Amino acid sequence: MPPPPPSKKATLSLRLSKREVPGSIAMGKFCDRVLAFVLAAGLLVAAAGLAHAGSYEDALEKFTTDEFADTADAVTEVATSGNPLAAPLIAALQDGRLQYSAKDKKVFIKTADDKLIDAATGKPFDGTAPDDLDTVRVNNRLRGVIDAANGALTLMAPDPNQRYESAQHVFKSRDAAVLPAVEKALEAEKTERVKKVLNEARAAILLGADDTSAPDRLAAIEVIRARGDQDSLALLQSLPADLPAEVRTAANAAIKAIERNLAIWNTVQNLWYGLSLGSVLLLAAIGLAITFGVMGVINMAHGEMVMLGAYTTYVVQDIIRTSYPGLFDYSLAFALPLAFLVAAIVGIIIERTVIRFLYGRPLETLLATWGISLVLMQAVRAVFGPTNKEVGNPSWMSGAFDLGGILITYNRMWIIVFTGIVFVALLAMLRFTRLGLEMRAVTQNRQMAAAVGIRTARIDALTFGLGSGIAGIAGVALSQIDNVSPNLGQGYIIDSFMVVVFGGVGNLWGTLVGALTLGIANKFLEPFAGAVLAKIAILVFIILFIQKRPRGMFALKGRAIEA
Amino acid sequence: MMSAHPLLRLLDRGSTLFLVLLGAFAIAIPVLNLLVPAGSALHVSTYFVALFGKYVCYGLLALSIDLIWGYVGILSLGHGAFFALGGYAMGMYLMRQIGDRGVYANPILPDFMVFLNWSELPIFWYGFNNFAYAMLMVLLVPGLLAFVFGWFAFRSRVTGVYLSIITQAMTYALLLGFFRNNFGFGGNNGLTDFKDILGFNVQADGTRNALLVISCLMLAICFLLCRAIVTSKFGKVLIGIRDAESRTRFLGYRVEAYKLFVFTVSACMAGVAGALYVPQVGIINPGEFAPANSIEAVIWVAVGGRGTLTGAVLGAFVVNYAKTFFTSGFLAPYWLFMLGGLFIGTTLFMPRGIIGTYNNWRANQAEKKAAAKDNVVPAASPHAAE
Repeated sequence: MPPPPPSKKATLSLRLSKREVPGSIAMGKFCDRVLAFVLAAGLLVAAAGLAHAGSYEDALEKFTTDEFADTADAVTEVATSGNPLAAPLIAALQDGRLQYSAKDKKVFIKTADDKLIDAATGKPFDGTAPDDLDTVRVNNRLRGVIDAANGALTLMAPDPNQRYESAQHVFKSRDAAVLPAVEKALEAEKTERVKKVLNEARAAILLGADDTSAPDRLAAIEVIRARGDQDSLALLQSLPADLPAEVRTAANAAIKAIERNLAIWNTVQNLWYGLSLGSVLLLAAIGLAITFGVMGVINMAHGEMVMLGAYTTYVVQDIIRTSYPGLFDYSLAFALPLAFLVAAIVGIIIERTVIRFLYGRPLETLLATWGISLVLMQAVRAVFGPTNKEVGNPSWMSGAFDLGGILITYNRMWIIVFTGIVFVALLAMLRFTRLGLEMRAVTQNRQMAAAVGIRTARIDALTFGLGSGIAGIAGVALSQIDNVSPNLGQGYIIDSFMVVVFGGVGNLWGTLVGALTLGIANKFLEPFAGAVLAKIAILVFIILFIQKRPRGMFALKGRAIEA
Repeated sequence: MMSAHPLLRLLDRGSTLFLVLLGAFAIAIPVLNLLVPAGSALHVSTYFVALFGKYVCYGLLALSIDLIWGYVGILSLGHGAFFALGGYAMGMYLMRQIGDRGVYANPILPDFMVFLNWSELPIFWYGFNNFAYAMLMVLLVPGLLAFVFGWFAFRSRVTGVYLSIITQAMTYALLLGFFRNNFGFGGNNGLTDFKDILGFNVQADGTRNALLVISCLMLAICFLLCRAIVTSKFGKVLIGIRDAESRTRFLGYRVEAYKLFVFTVSACMAGVAGALYVPQVGIINPGEFAPANSIEAVIWVAVGGRGTLTGAVLGAFVVNYAKTFFTSGFLAPYWLFMLGGLFIGTTLFMPRGIIGTYNNWRANQAEKKAAAKDNVVPAASPHAAE
């Protein structure tokens, strides 16, 4: 690890400031201040580089001079001292709770309940407080120093995740002031992935600094190139123009390589997002497709079944939170069957009381179910209130991980997995069970099915219950990524219709292909056209598509002239 | 009877009653508003004039939906889009009339364009300072959209719920588009702050009453046009398409041409309704494209009586009056329950709507009377034989 070459930098800064304030009366003092600030900001950090055990105590004394420059100096020294008291001390300074006594040369941390803690020992101070006790003042410039110090402190934090985040932050901010802290942390670091990021952070800082030698720069470019993300690209593109030729070529080559790499990851990311959107659409639309396929009716209240499922999740989590907090991670396991039941029962009630009487009048069914959706929405609004309800993610569904160049959130990933399971289960049900067989028979030819002894009215009720129940469990999944409000279902209903219309009815594969195509197409159009225009383009495409294939991609083949 | 003057043929008892009532309102309301002093018990407030004018526009929209749903069986869930497009065409004219009286006092650009730092008027705004051109657009834009949309849809025989769903997708796509600022129609806020129309202040009582009278007049004209369509031989074919589309096609009628014509006429009527609506409510924004609005308009027709032109207008008045009444009082939280119940109840228990049910009842009464007469005759005959 080469020690930073500090002196050149300091004289450079001094020279600059002299030129800026020619003939000032306060010249001497001003220069002192500039020098002190430069010191504090870590551009000249001999103290940090050679940090020794006593530096924490030595630094404390500088708080007592009531000079901003000395305070800044002290902050940097404290932060790099490695003393466990450094973090609370700097926090206290930030909150205006750091007090000093100029007479006794002592520094105290005032706690929230007005007790004093001796900053040197960390023990409560039990003597009488000195009568000249005063708060250490902070100005804007000092706040910047404190932020940098905080960054340096977290680089040494005991939690590796925190160190990782902090190193990432340094990489993005490229604050030259924390370079010594980064190098110190790099020496101490044992965890491989944190070390990697620290190395990248160091490279980023070195690349941005004016005085780095060409070989160092080349090495830094290599490190950045290996990282290869959007931030690296931005960093390389922001390099000054007057670099040595070989550095410039290396940087350009790195930029090209990163851009190529990013383009590939971008495609992968679009695919992933599209898959995620598609799976949500599939989940919302699949129940609709079943009811539409079997009964030929469009259920406008389908979105409200999704909403009921989401509210069931909310109620389950509410009960768990208040009564059995330990079970929170399993809340979705309870919510899934309950949501299925709630939505399925509501669905069957709707079928038995309304839709049954409207067979053969699909347009009237459409209107009546729209009325039902209004009533359900308003009922939920009356019971739960119009505002969004908070539904939490269980621990195994929160957070994210990096996969190559893309960030994958756990909740999206689990929803894709869940959708797959639901799809396969439904497919199996239609293929291998008696109910599935009867449902397929009714879909293909209602009269014939009735003639061979299938009770079509019962199949209708069960199909409607099944379709609604699936909407209910879709609601459980959607509650994890969307706001749970009475309008939840409205947001999905038109998209679900589009999936059904596009995919065709009577075949679940049509729904699958329809949902994924629309999801992925949407996400690939978004970067060019923006989210809204992408959606409009998709709608227009479907309106045109339906001219070509009026019954969707996977239409049932049959002899009926009128469906 | 059929040999009467063709105009008279349009006027059966219900239609005459409807036109007389409409005419009475169109005369009475302005008189009671303008000539009767404000303190009098008979005085009609300007608020009511605007409200009634709004209902008349809704009535016209309902009429246009009834023409295609009641007589051709096309359930459009996107008629609100044609209404809103007509409204936007009128709104653009009204925006240009503001001139330099806007907040930014730009003589050419409407305020929202100045706000968005646009330097010149987009091409599609040209000409809208001319009233005649704007009115042409009121008819042309919805008509053209309906023609293109219908041409594609009917030619490929997209029918039933599929057609309903893609009309809904159409209005939804327009909703999303008009919400965007760079579409050039005022984005989220739409077009508002209108000053005058043809030189008359849109806020003035006189203008409001005049707009009401014109709306009533347009409703009457469109009503007669619809009557002319549905009572003609052409109308009989339409009803044939509604009841048995394939059969009509096999008889040699070009079903898609019939449908396309009526769909386009209906869209133009909806556009006119929107154009009359905008100056009376003083604003047009993308919310008018919301699919929910279009579906709500369909329920007006269902309530009043699908396939009875007077019923559509009556339904629009009844439902909207109920909406005004209930949403302004303590019953407001229950309005959506009632609206939802109206959707369910009408389709389940009164599929023919108010007028249809009444017609049924009267036909039953007449039948009973006829049956009673028939019973009387044989009973009397023995005496006669004697």
